[in-house]
Amino acid sequence: MSTPNSYMTGPDERGLFGTFGGRFVAETLMPLILDLEREWGEAKPDPAFWEEFNMLAKDYVGRPSPLYFAERLTEELGGAKIYFKRDELNHTGAHKINNCLGQILLARRMGKTRIIAETGAGQHGVATATVCALFGLPCTVYMGATDVERQAPNVFRMRLLNAEIKPVTSGSGTLKDAMNEALRDWVTNVEDTFYIIGTAAGPHPYPAMVRDFQSVIGKEAKAQMLEREGRLPDSLVACIGGGSNALGLFHPFLDDKDVRIIGVEAGGHGLEGDEHAASLTGGKPGVLHGNRTYLLQDEDGQIIEGHSISAGLDYPGIGPEHSWLRDIGRVEYVHAKDTEALEAFQLCCRTEGIIPALEPSHALAHLTKIAPDLPKNHIMIMNMCGRGDKDIFTVAQHLGFDMASVIGETTQ
Amino acid sequence: MTTRINTKFAALKAEGRPGFVSYIMSGDPDYDTSLEILRGLPDAGADVIELGMCFTDPMADGVAIQLAAQRALAGGQTLPKTLELVQEFRKQDSETPLILMGYYNPIYIYGVDAFLAAAKAAGVDGLIVVDLPPEEDDELCIPANKAGMNFIRLATPTTDEARLPAVLQNTSGFVYYVSITGITGAGSAQQDAVAAAVGRLKAFTDLPIAVGFGITTPEQVAEIGSVADAAVVGSAIVRQIEANLDEHGRAKPGLVDAVLDFTRTLSQGVR
Repeated sequence: MSTPNSYMTGPDERGLFGTFGGRFVAETLMPLILDLEREWGEAKPDPAFWEEFNMLAKDYVGRPSPLYFAERLTEELGGAKIYFKRDELNHTGAHKINNCLGQILLARRMGKTRIIAETGAGQHGVATATVCALFGLPCTVYMGATDVERQAPNVFRMRLLNAEIKPVTSGSGTLKDAMNEALRDWVTNVEDTFYIIGTAAGPHPYPAMVRDFQSVIGKEAKAQMLEREGRLPDSLVACIGGGSNALGLFHPFLDDKDVRIIGVEAGGHGLEGDEHAASLTGGKPGVLHGNRTYLLQDEDGQIIEGHSISAGLDYPGIGPEHSWLRDIGRVEYVHAKDTEALEAFQLCCRTEGIIPALEPSHALAHLTKIAPDLPKNHIMIMNMCGRGDKDIFTVAQHLGFDMASVIGETTQ
Repeated sequence: MTTRINTKFAALKAEGRPGFVSYIMSGDPDYDTSLEILRGLPDAGADVIELGMCFTDPMADGVAIQLAAQRALAGGQTLPKTLELVQEFRKQDSETPLILMGYYNPIYIYGVDAFLAAAKAAGVDGLIVVDLPPEEDDELCIPANKAGMNFIRLATPTTDEARLPAVLQNTSGFVYYVSITGITGAGSAQQDAVAAAVGRLKAFTDLPIAVGFGITTPEQVAEIGSVADAAVVGSAIVRQIEANLDEHGRAKPGLVDAVLDFTRTLSQGVR
């Protein structure tokens, strides 16, 4: 495959990154998708749109997020100099809010009066419910019934924020089914409803639009690194479920060819079986949820459930731009297993006093594998895309810590 | 090219009555039962048959057809087995038009050219692939037309006049007008609105117009039939299958008769 002059110009007018992406949706949605593309095309170059975005990003979300030198972790690993891009400090505790803020501003611009979203772990649902509360718009969040059970704290957060949560029992009752159900809602309520998709996937223009909103991460990181070290980093590492936090960090660096870029997928119990969510390393190209991309699927083209200890990574697909970046070789894609992520999670708590989400713990896990062998002047940025408060129950369970009994003892 | 679909609609026109299109999911609740239903449909009054290709993520379908797909998948149905089913059906029926309906991914994974050749050989006349709008015509629509198969497009209430020409451009066989903005099996088709929409479509195309989504009774079949060239019923028939399963999800004795009797009642609406 030939190397393009720039990696940052995609997608083309059909929404394609190479052969990935596109607009594979039902006819009912097509006019709406075209509307959205037109509106986004007008908003993107409009300074007034970004003025509002930037104001809220600063005062409401808390941007820019710090670029933090993780000195003790660097010492512990004894190699590369490690920085964290601290998007876990954002309002609502993850990078998801960047995208929700952008999309709700667009929804308002389009005169839409009702918001829907899908959510897996609940982070995107919480971020969507948050911006809906901020603007007083009714919000319906589709969430797999299995996830509703696993993520009770986030379900309650969304309810506090006045969102309606619809548990999805169809299919296997997880994130992909929640997305199916959100699409069904959208088909039924095309006139007044805006669908805030949570990751850089779905039909064009979503993958590009979500990437553009999340690129605030990489733009800030670049400026902060130049100010701090006077040069660009040598490598970037981020975890990938659908891939929006990774793309947000990576995109502004794609044309800086000396920057090595690594995406870390969820390896679950390992790639030898079916219990993982590594679409790029363990899947093949197919068409789902409006785009062509790498998918976990069987030989009949039926979609297979992803598995990960992190509910935010167990989506069987990935954003189409990642599929393209993989095939042209600009970004390396690797995976980290559940057990490795758990180790890295604890290491980060111990050495840095930061409880990371299980999602970036996968990026951390890969970092702990490669950093020790890199020279001390190698500068690495890892996207700390979410905080781990939501995951303490899962982690406690895996570490054999009986939280219920402790709570029982201390209250008696 | 002339397909069985073209021939059938020409015959219906000559007969002076609208057509009745019935949908079932291939492999629901199991291969043998669905073959038996399929074989009985023409005698039960189906002028055209739509046969669903199961998919794990049927995002434009309502609960009835979602569950049908899950039953088929649980029974081990695959795209090759669906083609096998068509081949079996064709051993006894060489006239009734048969259309495969579903989502793109299983076809994409099978391989477009290989699929078209196999489908044609099995006796498939047309395709309805829900997640392939005209913007993606290069994927399957144009190759299907070249292979001598009709590619039937859905037009919806959101398809405005500016967009209609693009939607109709590579469509052949007939146009499937979706009577509601929504998913299969939801809502209720309104005769007046449908009549207006069919009139609008007729201004742009000479193709027959079939109307589906939200049609569940013989009366509705008759109403829609009076303003369109054919009425399509899917979810209501599929629900008859669901109603005749035992607690393990297996076909109860009498399932095939129940489904075909129901279909026969519906098809009286166009006769």
